[in-house]
Amino acid sequence: MSDAVSALNGQRASGLVDLADAGPMGMITLRGDLGLLGGALGSVLGLSAPELRRVVSGEKGQVLWMSPDELLVVLPYAEAPGVAAALEAALAGQFATVAVVSDARALIRVSGAQARDVLAKLMPIDFADFAVGELRRSRLAQVAAAVWRDSADEWSVVCFRSVAGYAFEALATVAQPGGEVGLYH
Amino acid sequence: MSHRLGTGGRLIDRARPMDFTFNGKSMRGYAGDSLGAALLGAGQVLVGRSFKYHRPRGIVASGAEEPNALVGLGEGQRFEPNQRVTTTELFSGLKAVSQNHWPSLEFDVGAVNAKLWRFFPAGFYYKTFISPRPLWKHVYEPIIRRSAGLGKAPDAETRDADRYEQLYAYCDVIVAGGGVAGLKAARQAADEGKRVILTEQNPHFGGRAVVDGIEVEGQAAEDWVKAQVAALQAMPNVTVLDRTMVSGVYDHGYVLAYQRVADHTPGAEKPRHRLWRVRAGQVISATGAIERPLSFAGNDIPGVMLASAIRDFVVNYAVSPGKKVAIVTNNDDAYRTALALHAVGVTVPAVIDARKEVTGDLPAKARAAGIRVIEDCAVRYVEGGKSVTGVQLCRFNSDGGAVIETLACDALGMSGGWSPVVHLWSHCGGKLTWDEGRALFRPDANRPPLGHDGQGFVTCVGASNGEFDDEGEAAMLPVWLMPAQASYELRAKAWLDPQNDVKVSDVQLAAKEGYASVEHTKRYTTLGMATDQGKLSNINGLAILSDALGQPIPQTGTTTFRPPYTPISIGAIGGEARGGIFQPLRKTPIYDWHMAQGAYWEPVGHWRRPYCYPKTGETHGDAVKREINQVRKSVGLLDASTLGKIIVKGPDAGRFMDMLYTNMMSNLKVGKCRYGLMCNENGFLSDDGVVARLSEDTFLCHTTSGGADRIHGWMEDWLQCEWWDWKVHVVNLTEQYAQIAVVGPNARKVIEKVGADFDLSAESFPFMDWKEGKIGGIEARAFRISFSGELSYEIAVPASKGQAFWDKLMAAGAEFGVMPYGTEALHVMRAEKGFIMIGDETDGTVIPQDLGLNWAISKKKEDFLGKRGMEREAMVSPDRWQLVGLETLDGSVLPDGALAPLPGKNDNGQQETQGRVTSTYFSPTLGKGIAMGIVHNGPKRMGEVIQFQSAAGGTVAARIVDPCFYDKAGEKQNV
Amino acid sequence: MLLLTCPCCGVSAEETEFTNGGEAHLKRFGPGSSDADYEAYMFARKNPRGVHFERWRHAYGCGKWFLMARDTMTLEVYGAYKAQTTEPPADIQAKIKARRPEWEGYK
Repeated sequence: MSDAVSALNGQRASGLVDLADAGPMGMITLRGDLGLLGGALGSVLGLSAPELRRVVSGEKGQVLWMSPDELLVVLPYAEAPGVAAALEAALAGQFATVAVVSDARALIRVSGAQARDVLAKLMPIDFADFAVGELRRSRLAQVAAAVWRDSADEWSVVCFRSVAGYAFEALATVAQPGGEVGLYH
Repeated sequence: MSHRLGTGGRLIDRARPMDFTFNGKSMRGYAGDSLGAALLGAGQVLVGRSFKYHRPRGIVASGAEEPNALVGLGEGQRFEPNQRVTTTELFSGLKAVSQNHWPSLEFDVGAVNAKLWRFFPAGFYYKTFISPRPLWKHVYEPIIRRSAGLGKAPDAETRDADRYEQLYAYCDVIVAGGGVAGLKAARQAADEGKRVILTEQNPHFGGRAVVDGIEVEGQAAEDWVKAQVAALQAMPNVTVLDRTMVSGVYDHGYVLAYQRVADHTPGAEKPRHRLWRVRAGQVISATGAIERPLSFAGNDIPGVMLASAIRDFVVNYAVSPGKKVAIVTNNDDAYRTALALHAVGVTVPAVIDARKEVTGDLPAKARAAGIRVIEDCAVRYVEGGKSVTGVQLCRFNSDGGAVIETLACDALGMSGGWSPVVHLWSHCGGKLTWDEGRALFRPDANRPPLGHDGQGFVTCVGASNGEFDDEGEAAMLPVWLMPAQASYELRAKAWLDPQNDVKVSDVQLAAKEGYASVEHTKRYTTLGMATDQGKLSNINGLAILSDALGQPIPQTGTTTFRPPYTPISIGAIGGEARGGIFQPLRKTPIYDWHMAQGAYWEPVGHWRRPYCYPKTGETHGDAVKREINQVRKSVGLLDASTLGKIIVKGPDAGRFMDMLYTNMMSNLKVGKCRYGLMCNENGFLSDDGVVARLSEDTFLCHTTSGGADRIHGWMEDWLQCEWWDWKVHVVNLTEQYAQIAVVGPNARKVIEKVGADFDLSAESFPFMDWKEGKIGGIEARAFRISFSGELSYEIAVPASKGQAFWDKLMAAGAEFGVMPYGTEALHVMRAEKGFIMIGDETDGTVIPQDLGLNWAISKKKEDFLGKRGMEREAMVSPDRWQLVGLETLDGSVLPDGALAPLPGKNDNGQQETQGRVTSTYFSPTLGKGIAMGIVHNGPKRMGEVIQFQSAAGGTVAARIVDPCFYDKAGEKQNV
Repeated sequence: MLLLTCPCCGVSAEETEFTNGGEAHLKRFGPGSSDADYEAYMFARKNPRGVHFERWRHAYGCGKWFLMARDTMTLEVYGAYKAQTTEPPADIQAKIKARRPEWEGYK
């Protein structure tokens, strides 16, 4: 049995913020009517479908809003196949799609009081009223990425696996000491 | 001779002297100085040479509008040319060099051009380098290139040692300019609770008010400004940025602001520049106004400066350009300079005023101070060479024939009135109106630039809107030429644009030669080009042009104001995107292993794939041969992770697949694979790949490596925009899997050795089937498909276990001599089999039928994407070029892309051709060159020998053969 | 650079998050259609100086296609609406008419 190795393999960096690879994470893409998906999530994980551009968090994981007919479940790596199978069963006979995508992405935790300033150097997003539990899909420099706010100073960034090194290095570059901005305080 | 005054200087700290060098000569200034102030303070009046005539040049202005005083700053990895000394903050150890001269600033051989000025008229380059045409490339271009360009470009081998970054920011209001008008506007917006960004291009706030010492809201300007800045900085909804210039205003409130974070503190751990990419609801332009020079003979001699600039140098830096400074003006404002000079003890021999009678309050003060005012007077000619020695005066309304007096002075301040800085209003389409009274263009509030909601989004305030605090001042007299009827001799020495050496006579000549448009005149004469973009010269130039054309100024109009306001660094534009993150590099899960093996990389889109794995001392060609031979003989591994993998799922999945692919996919059995083609609606081949049916309602589509995102988007487009009632989901799983091809006669043995929990035998797992289970303990899906013609398993495993799986295969394959192989071996082996490659055999004009793929086009289906396109007359013509194999008679490799020429010319006068090489390789398997190509009616011409262009320039004979060169029966792959 | 609001996820974002997909409200003509209809579908594109209906995709965001009415001269955005719409919604047409009385209407 081989252990899963994330694209960033535990990489960390410190500067204006702390950057950390979240390691291998379980992820499941769900597509279909969000009400329908919410029912299945409720029965399998005790979680509901998030509202538009929100994240629902619970003990068993998080559910991210990705699109009007797409959600992304984030949970421990080893649990993804089992939960996916359970969701598949709960949605049997319905027009819905469940796909395990645990290996397709990288998840980077960005933490620190200057997190918004650092993210704003790469993402064309207005972070002023960005609430805890809010999510935005956008661009991180030259690649697609989603960002959500876990707490006041803790943020998560997810991007595709193949560009994880690029995204991490870009973040680490603009987080170098000396680059303080003070835009968000 | 020091020009530093004994006292004063509101911005300098005399307790902190700073040493710097100019052309290697040590000089001293003070903290707070601009480089310009420090140079002038040290007595360095001559700072450069002009572009065309290499005339001596001194500082003219005190800010961003400076046209002359450009220097090269720093050295080595931090050298930067064309920096304005007036906007460069002094720091200890600064190194500056002047430009545009040889061998030295003081003695410049190029200055001989100035003696030849009659031979450098407007449009000199256009007129001179026309014929003979053969001289263009090798004679004229090198001459022009050598003389073109202002500063010296940094050495090509150096790399900028600094870092740069960008920042996305959002606000309700961005205010450009931290003078009184800007501070008031920012404060008002901030008090209304709006999110405000206030920018000031200089290191200090207050604009002209703090220099002129006026009162604002009952307070001294200095105190008022300080209090306002402090109040704004304390407000949570306000971001205050000094050293930040709004460089451009773009569509829908997009604004670029250029922050010079660390120019003044070199070596700090800071990014040097930061480009703010702001999206603003409203842009308030509080950018002030720029004083206009006057056009008189000799107005380019060092020591002739804008009157307001002299005031700035005196008040801000305690620097006077001379001991005896005369002033020439057409308005009252310049008297402030006379008074400021007088106040610090500099002699003002006279104020020369073009107006018949001078009556305002400021002239009255000057007269009261004992300063002589000469009315109805003009500067006829400035005496001096590298500095001013005196001015000859004449009546304003004359041709300058009669000198009424010669005034001794060592500097001259000039003021032709003020031009509002309307750049930010104009960048995005705001229109201007001519203010006859003040002789200036100001924003036309009725025609603002429009935002996304159709409403104006830029507002100009203060001087940038043409509003001046000029109560008690008498009207100015528009003066475009001095004296008013100056003779040709004088006009030919009256500079409009001192940077580009454009004189009044040049613009008049252009008008005479038929240049009626101001835009054309600009390019023809070079008026207002280069780094200053005519900040000083534009209005004077177009007034001269209007006069020459006999039309009013508003009818001539201005040239277009384009961003950036002043040049910004390339580093800031690039931001963080340099070095390792210049662009995204897509890596497969096995990338690091390939790297450790010394793979030679091939870029495939943003992916990096190993082209081959050369061993020590091995050429790339030898490595490719070795890899192919080993695959054909035993076994090799290919990292195929970049292949697109898209799930199509839902009750209508089969129906959708039948529309996407040219062949029938809905009847594919679960557990089976089928090769398929996708076309665009023109019928042209767009992508290909193997489809696997995973379940009754689920298909897995493999796309080309470069095509995954494009095809995924293509599928979403049709599902969202055309067949939105079909129940189909697509999910792009490309990055979920590492996909490894195990290829060669020993492939099965290798996998058996790793250990699969399902039967790998040909009987239970035949060619074009897929199975899933565990291989080596890792969950895997194996496809029996082959792109090489050998026994082959393509195995997908979760990407996180891709490296572990690869390692197991390498270990198990060791006894069979397993080797990794790269994309070139892949290409050669597919060509040996006659398999097409998207992008080689296709070029966006090729239909599947051209490639002998009729077997993959369903005749049963009523419709699929591209079917209608293929029915067009030209697509069913028997005259199309079609795929064949090609073998040279001498065994050589045909050049890639070589055409097969025919005698005669086509309707466009081009050589007739009958075919083209699409793929060509040396085949190690066959020991000779093989190629694929498309040839007119090719498949019906088997065995015929035709000529192709050879690399040497002649032709090479090749025989048309079947495109499959290897194992046509497929016995090797189907075992 | 344009500022666009995606009607599918409500985000207002800069143009770099989106891709343009050309003219909106084209009718597909497949096998059996006349040459003229096929030509109109594939090649005949409006290029108006003024009101234009376009396809856009929020490519870096929610991934959805939508349609948008925009003025090619002033760059004013009159409104965005779902891709699953066969002709411009009445309220957007009314808004355009109010802003551009000379507009001759859709089609």
